[in-house]
Amino acid sequence: MSLILSTAPHIRTPHSTQRLMGNVLISLLPCVAAGIYFFGWAAALVLAVSTASAVLAEFVWQKLTHKTVRINDLSAAVTGLLIGLVVTPKAPWWMVMIASFFAIIIVKQLFGGLGDNFLNPALTARAVLLASWPAIMTTHVTPVDAVTSATPLAGYSATTMDLLLGKVPGAIGETCKIAILIGLAYLLITRTIRWEIPVFVVGSAAVMSLLLGMDVLTTVLSGGLLFGAVYMATDYVTSPMKRWSTLVYSIGVGVMIVLIRKFGAYPEGVTYAIMLMNICAPLFDRMFPDRKLYGHKKEAKA
Amino acid sequence: MKATFHGGVHPAHSSKHATSSLPVRDFVSDTVQLVMNMNIGAPSAPCVKKGDHVLMGQVIGEPVGPLGVPVHASVSGEVVSVEPLPYLGEVPPMCVTIRNDFQDEWVELNPLGSVEKVDPALIIPAIKAAGITGMGGASFPTHVKLSLRPDQKCDYIIANGAECETHLTCDHRLMLEHSVRVVDGLRAAMRALNVKEGIIAIEDNKPDAIEAMTAAAKDRTGVRVQVLKTKYPQGGEKQLIEAVTGRQVPSGGLPIQCGCVVLNVATCAAIADAVIDGRPLVTRLCTVTGHVRQPANLRLRIGTITNDIIGECGGYEDEPGKIFFGGAMTGLCLPNDTMPTSKSTGGIVVFSKAEARSMEEGPCIRCGKCSEVCPMGLNPYMIKAAADADDLEKAKKLNVMDCTVCGSCSFICPARRWLTASFKIAKSNIMQQAKKAKEAAAK
Repeated sequence: MSLILSTAPHIRTPHSTQRLMGNVLISLLPCVAAGIYFFGWAAALVLAVSTASAVLAEFVWQKLTHKTVRINDLSAAVTGLLIGLVVTPKAPWWMVMIASFFAIIIVKQLFGGLGDNFLNPALTARAVLLASWPAIMTTHVTPVDAVTSATPLAGYSATTMDLLLGKVPGAIGETCKIAILIGLAYLLITRTIRWEIPVFVVGSAAVMSLLLGMDVLTTVLSGGLLFGAVYMATDYVTSPMKRWSTLVYSIGVGVMIVLIRKFGAYPEGVTYAIMLMNICAPLFDRMFPDRKLYGHKKEAKA
Repeated sequence: MKATFHGGVHPAHSSKHATSSLPVRDFVSDTVQLVMNMNIGAPSAPCVKKGDHVLMGQVIGEPVGPLGVPVHASVSGEVVSVEPLPYLGEVPPMCVTIRNDFQDEWVELNPLGSVEKVDPALIIPAIKAAGITGMGGASFPTHVKLSLRPDQKCDYIIANGAECETHLTCDHRLMLEHSVRVVDGLRAAMRALNVKEGIIAIEDNKPDAIEAMTAAAKDRTGVRVQVLKTKYPQGGEKQLIEAVTGRQVPSGGLPIQCGCVVLNVATCAAIADAVIDGRPLVTRLCTVTGHVRQPANLRLRIGTITNDIIGECGGYEDEPGKIFFGGAMTGLCLPNDTMPTSKSTGGIVVFSKAEARSMEEGPCIRCGKCSEVCPMGLNPYMIKAAADADDLEKAKKLNVMDCTVCGSCSFICPARRWLTASFKIAKSNIMQQAKKAKEAAAK
């Protein structure tokens, strides 16, 4: 009889990294479906290329650097799919591929791989695309008939219902708010993410737009705000780890989005707002004290 | 109101279903092996030799040192060997092997009678003579726990019936089947220390035990039942004290420093046996479950061999992958199934090959769940980084010494990181360092 000897605990939660990432992928399915419905097979191609090339990049990099290949943890697939969902359906395949390679190799692996990157890989890749090919990235098409058009934030006029359903020009996965809300519900029910970040990002953006005299509903329902609040700002790796710092971070994201939209040169500010707060996340974690230690009278030194 | 603590996890709540409704039955085997290191502190010294005939309850190991406790023969019969036996620790302890003559011939006992009438001064000596150690798993000598310095005062004695570990149900069965004994033992400890309040703490997943204990505690002076939320590690001494009294054990200190003494319910019952009947600790209840054909709650003689117990439970369901004493959160793995049980063996759990497969450690994804669940308020992910870098100083600054090794962080970690394991090692390295420094200073 050969028995395994190990230290306790002998059981682990079923909610592994792989399961959590898998939950994110499942929760993105409504967005994927909506994107393909509204923007057609061009969108499907973008999503397929972005996801496949992210996984491929991770695999090749880990092979070349003789590291354990960890594509099974599905984190590269999540990054790849997110990249596809935040670009325009008009994006050429080579551009999407570059974005996925950049996200996985430069933003994630060069900084140490999963857990050690300080910026959200998908968002950073989008920022790179925005800076490198601004013309393509801001060329949006109207859903279904695919006529080139401005987004609602850049002047396209849309009804609230259109915004909710996603019948507006925009990035593949960002337009259909109902799909995003279904995804959010799934993430919350499976306890993949906590409610604080999405709620405080959207809430603070709403309050900020009210203060600046903007239309609250349009602010919340247009652009990538909701998608960013649910899928980008909630990234475990690049968001803070403590409750209070998470609160400050979330409010920071919401406020920055509105400030960039109102005063910045870009019509949309979600990408930069979240990246900025990603950078601040470790600082926020340092600013706030730890949970009180059991059995210590005074606040323990960090 | 249901009491609880900060943090914690909910592991494998269905693991108790297999045995929680099974009444305790006796099992006696033809051989027992009594190891001499069943207590924390110096091992006992064997005082019988090969060929001796021993009676049940006869002292076969004399206590050694300040934390010493005697070991008693758990069967009557012939001593067939006194020699070191490879056991759970690094150093093989001495072990007395007795062949059972199935006569259960007792030594002369010294019963003291009712716990309410006995001279309180006789209680602690009776506990010491009975060889009682903490039966929840820590094996701390009970008479030492109850021997207070003149400057120490105990306000509460808590009978720990939380049984928050996975798989185990023998404390549950004990509270159902021997409720009065548990209360008697608690009362004996209260009278020994002149404590006014005794609290029996039980998790709310055992409503029948709560009912039985409430009935048993009725009309008993100063005893009440406290219902706890079901959450691991609710039965950890520090968490239990926090939940029940709102007090906290000072860092590095003992429960008595916040006026509390915690006794496992099985320890309480053993105290009652020792005082009322004068009977030493020679049997205990044990849950046998997992991949065995007939899971059971057994009353075992201390020193029963695992293999015999598995046989009593119908044998293995399929080839075992892992066997451990205790629950799945803190249990100790056995290298083989020839090891005997000890005074603290409240459970034997068998895992299949599939369940035993260890999971690959992935990178930390900074989800922060470990910090959320740590019942001590530590940041396990930070301590792990320090421990992996062998930076003991930093681990110490991050209060690794406060870690109770409950396993909650390892359980919840999505990346399957071996957090608890590395804290265990870091803690023992720090203690060894301190010991060396002390020795160097003495020279």
